[in-house]
Amino acid sequence: MACFCCILYSIEVVFRSANHHMIVLKLIEKFGDLGLYYINQAGRMGIFLFNVIISIFRLPYYKVSNITKQIYVIGALSIFVIVFTGAFTGMVLGLQGYNTLRKFGSEGLLGSAVALSLIRELGPVLSALMVTGRAGSAICAEIGIMRNSEQIDALECMAIDPHKYIMAPKFIATIVSMPLLTAIFNVVGILGGYLVGVKLLGSNQGAYFSSMYKDVEFQDVYMGIVKSLCFGLLIVWICAAKGYYVHYERSGGFGAEGVSRVTTYAVVLTSVSILVFDYFITSLLI
Amino acid sequence: MNQEPLIKLVDIKKGFGSQLVLKGINLSIYEGKTTVIVGESGKGKSLIIKHILGLIKPDSGKVFVFGKDLNKMSVKELKDIRSYFGVLFQNAALFDSMTVFDNVALPLRERTKASETEIAGIVNEKLKLMDLEGSNNKFPAQLSGGMRKRVGLARALVLNPRIVFFDEPTTGLDVAKSNEIYRVFFRTQTKLGYTAVIVSHDVPKIFKLADYVALLHEGIIQDCLPPEDFQTSENPFIREFVEKTMGLIYESQEVEG
Repeated sequence: MACFCCILYSIEVVFRSANHHMIVLKLIEKFGDLGLYYINQAGRMGIFLFNVIISIFRLPYYKVSNITKQIYVIGALSIFVIVFTGAFTGMVLGLQGYNTLRKFGSEGLLGSAVALSLIRELGPVLSALMVTGRAGSAICAEIGIMRNSEQIDALECMAIDPHKYIMAPKFIATIVSMPLLTAIFNVVGILGGYLVGVKLLGSNQGAYFSSMYKDVEFQDVYMGIVKSLCFGLLIVWICAAKGYYVHYERSGGFGAEGVSRVTTYAVVLTSVSILVFDYFITSLLI
Repeated sequence: MNQEPLIKLVDIKKGFGSQLVLKGINLSIYEGKTTVIVGESGKGKSLIIKHILGLIKPDSGKVFVFGKDLNKMSVKELKDIRSYFGVLFQNAALFDSMTVFDNVALPLRERTKASETEIAGIVNEKLKLMDLEGSNNKFPAQLSGGMRKRVGLARALVLNPRIVFFDEPTTGLDVAKSNEIYRVFFRTQTKLGYTAVIVSHDVPKIFKLADYVALLHEGIIQDCLPPEDFQTSENPFIREFVEKTMGLIYESQEVEG
């Protein structure tokens, strides 16, 4: 209470001082400026997404090699990370799940516990976070450097649409790769859980798989796929747009430092949005 | 100057934040001629080119290309107009993940229906024109500054443009290399007959190539004149510029000897 009074008093002092209206004006100006900046940014990102989606469906034809190359870079090269993290996630789920379920005498449910938590939640979210770190950052930095070294301007001057030529293959590749990577994550995770729960801790092998067959329904798999598709779009959208608009960055988006700053920001923003959207998608589909 | 200008800028104003960089640019560019824009660094010369290319929209004023207002065009019209342009950027703006050959071939691959053998023929011809044979499989990072600019020029010329823009084609090159760029420029212009717009501060050498020289000072094009008239112009800013760039290095004739 005393603290609250103290704050009130200090605010009053500020307001009474000779130039209090200046301070208030400055504050409003600052907030207004910040607000405008974020509204601007949101608008730009919306227009960017719209342009890319339009360009995906616009002729001329696609060069298949462009898309396969991106699928290789974004998807195939992420497999190792996905397998590695998937295995350990599954193993830790097996370990924790077994010890928790044993307290209630229901180790038999270990299989379905591991599978459901992976398929519905951990698979899509963790693989999206891994892809953000591995491929999202690369997308953002690559496009940011292209922007800063005038390569994107050069494309526009050659009447080649950068949305179509650079962005569309990356969008298609990420959206195609994400569900596949998530599936790999889930399978490896389930095997990891099996390894620890059954082979190491001695839970019943038949129960592990039969509980999984019984409890995992199409609805769960469907939720996982929808999530991974949405996360794929989020990753490539935020990372590509941040790189594409690096020159509009508030803190100066030029040079190597500008690109590094915007890449960090893109990765953080993507990771946060994945977790936020995860909640909303779950609440819609559950 | 009786013919209609190919490109016409009318009262272009552009500012960044509170700073007004271009304060009303009026400039006409004529077909088949070489127009050079000179002026101090960092005062908006490249910005003028970016306005003509439609990469930047002016705060006010109009850009006419082939008699049409650039800022009222649809995306498709702008694309069509740009297909007549070739641009050599200040740092060449080569795609650094592609080889020299792929860089030059890109406009052909993306914009025409030419087969790979036809493309190879055209690209090799252009690279030969630039004295770049044998660098087909190198990456831009493996090239010297002068070579990079020549690759940039080859890429700019590969679709036989009607207008070619040069943004500081010789900045950062030594005298021999910059002469080489000028020679390549002269050779290709005589051969292909394009209109050229050059931003440069390589005075007086650039006067040799120019049909018209325009001085950008204080955000305004002071005048656009043939080089001989430019050097004898009465305009105080042009006089000052000519004296500064072409005058004696030493303070008096005696010291210079």
